[in-house]
Amino acid sequence: MIEFHNVFFSYQPDKEILKNINLKINKGELLAIIGPNGAGKTTLLKHINGLLKPQKGYVKVLGMNTKETTVATLARHVGFVFQNPDHQLFAETVEKEIMFALINFNFPEHEIKERVERILHELDLVKYRNKSPFVLSGGERKRVALASVLCYDPSILILDEPTIGQDYRQKLNLINLISKLNKEGKTVIIVTHDIEFVADFIPRCIIMSDGRIIADGPTEEVLTNSKLLLENSLLLPQLVEISLALDINPPTINFEKLCSIIKKIIEMKEL
Amino acid sequence: MGIVEIRNLTFKYANSDKPSLYDINLSINKGEFFLITGPTGCGKTTLCKCLNGLIPNSYHGDFSGEVIVDGLSTKEHPVYELAQHVGLVFQDPENELFCTSVEKEIAFGPENLGLPRDEIRKRVEEAMAMVGISHLRERSPYELSGGEQQKVAIAAILAMKPKILVLDEPTSNLDSLSAYSILNLLLNLKKEYEMTIILVEHRLEIVAKMVDRCAIMNEGRIIAIGDPREVLYSDIVESIGIGIPKIVKLAKRLKLSSRPLSSSELANILKVKK
Repeated sequence: MIEFHNVFFSYQPDKEILKNINLKINKGELLAIIGPNGAGKTTLLKHINGLLKPQKGYVKVLGMNTKETTVATLARHVGFVFQNPDHQLFAETVEKEIMFALINFNFPEHEIKERVERILHELDLVKYRNKSPFVLSGGERKRVALASVLCYDPSILILDEPTIGQDYRQKLNLINLISKLNKEGKTVIIVTHDIEFVADFIPRCIIMSDGRIIADGPTEEVLTNSKLLLENSLLLPQLVEISLALDINPPTINFEKLCSIIKKIIEMKEL
Repeated sequence: MGIVEIRNLTFKYANSDKPSLYDINLSINKGEFFLITGPTGCGKTTLCKCLNGLIPNSYHGDFSGEVIVDGLSTKEHPVYELAQHVGLVFQDPENELFCTSVEKEIAFGPENLGLPRDEIRKRVEEAMAMVGISHLRERSPYELSGGEQQKVAIAAILAMKPKILVLDEPTSNLDSLSAYSILNLLLNLKKEYEMTIILVEHRLEIVAKMVDRCAIMNEGRIIAIGDPREVLYSDIVESIGIGIPKIVKLAKRLKLSSRPLSSSELANILKVKK
């Protein structure tokens, strides 16, 4: 449902940010894109909702070529939650913030009410409904931004650094919500530096570096490639670091698996 | 007496209906690297603001009890005076930086103290060297990476020569490698310069092995305090939902008799030689 074909892009001449990106994402996938700062992750995302258009190659979203489709049309299908919530929040109250897109997409009034109610509950924002988004904490503002996108039910959801400013419990809430949306058939694409979050919860992982996709596959495969991670200034997942320290080869990001391997080591050495 | 003494501190913001801090008692020793963690909204940031006197001097509310930093009661001394004893670094460096070059940024604090030119120059050089950013001196803070910006913010505080450094989630907007670099820098400030460091941080997997003691806060109270090996391995920590390092989860699951905080410690326990 999302296809990048030989995509090149640069903001300035002679400085390519995306270099020949080829990528296919199927309906209902949940995947993460990781990589060092300046790798081109956010630039790639902006091609999915048509904010940026490829200079060479093409991007198709739900069969629509983004060059021939308006951002407004794409926006109805592609919900984008930015890294910094302050870049998208502006309404007087949390409730109005969430209603904004619904009104713009001409939803009937009773449905607007119903959707706002549901999303306020789902994201634990009921108590803030009449407050200004700007008096909330960073983590809370992030949830408001997410709510303002989820309310109009786009089939593709893009989250840029969703775990920043969230504590552990909120991260668990976030992944529960993401899993639920994903099970309902939404395609969810997450850009993050939070490698633990990816290792624990996201099935497919892409690594970008210097404008290219340098790895794409099951997370267990991609994130246990310690050489590749270190070469690209990425910190190893904790369980991979532990695997390496214990000379366990291949390393794993699976907690249960690592437990049983270590149990065997203990038995073998009769510690 | 510790370099920081907090006695029966309770604080309620003027616009709030319940206190953000309840009866906090805490003593931190000179040269200690002290970690505070806990879920969002537990009162960590409010406690930081009490340490440099922003509370009660600049915030309205009900303040009771006492906070004494480097011998000064925060009730009786203005913020600018306290700033020379305790420096506060915030989460988002972009909110603190405003000068056109790194050097000017760092000079700003000492200039405002009205120090002589030579002293200012000396302090700027020292502060840049302490955090390892001398090579960035002429750059604009805005063109630096998030991690470098946070180092500039830390250097700007160090130029005030505080004995105590308080940092409120300094790495939460950074990628993990930059975070690692900032946290290592703090460990170095403790070791090389004997600074007292009070750090609010969620990345326990990186800091647990660095700090001398830690406190867990929940709903305005300190609910556990002590050696990180005691605190992080206690059951109370799991119950309030903070991100326990995986090494701790692993050791608990395997019912190991010792309490490793790093993978190399675990390798030693299991007698794995590389």
